[in-house]
Amino acid sequence: MLNIALVLGFILVSGACFLSLVRLLIGPDLPDRILALDTLYVNSIALLILFGITEGSTLYFESALLIAVMGFVGTLALSKYLLRGDIME
Amino acid sequence: MSGFMEVVISLLIIIGAIFTLLGSLSLLKLPDFFMRLHGPTKASTLGTGAILVASALYFSLTKGEISVHEILITVFLFITAPVSAYMLAKAALHLKLKQQAQTQGQTLSQQEGEG
Repeated sequence: MLNIALVLGFILVSGACFLSLVRLLIGPDLPDRILALDTLYVNSIALLILFGITEGSTLYFESALLIAVMGFVGTLALSKYLLRGDIME
Repeated sequence: MSGFMEVVISLLIIIGAIFTLLGSLSLLKLPDFFMRLHGPTKASTLGTGAILVASALYFSLTKGEISVHEILITVFLFITAPVSAYMLAKAALHLKLKQQAQTQGQTLSQQEGEG
């Protein structure tokens, strides 16, 4: 039961990653691309957690937390750059 | 691990994966940026949160001690998603992106331009 759910989860989340990647490539404007990158971060956190359940290891939580923090800071810095033309004034 | 908890964890994983996929699908399909902003901020965050709760349940039951790491990531994700969506919407209003006719708040873009 759990194995089937894990395989299904991997397939669906990988499809989500692919869809975000397409939007990252075709996105007509800069905010579209930043939003696609942010979605890609969130999807990769889900993929890492699923991989951690598969391996039965708690080692991957630290990297997932790091991706969450760095993704948030990156999104904030990029939108601040679009707003002001400068990150820190 | 009992059979009932295994069913609960599997259901949480599948529901979370479906919500994540729907969030990315709306990111790809919807016509303008302000509509696209809805999918990833709500559906993807909820889906990843469900997968994280499933992982917390799984490791709490197999290791025999409460696993707090996932709760930390979930709380952090739920706090930061609205903030980054707000900043992106502000940047999009500032850049005056094209809007569909049915998108609400058409005047906000002009106010942002003046201020």
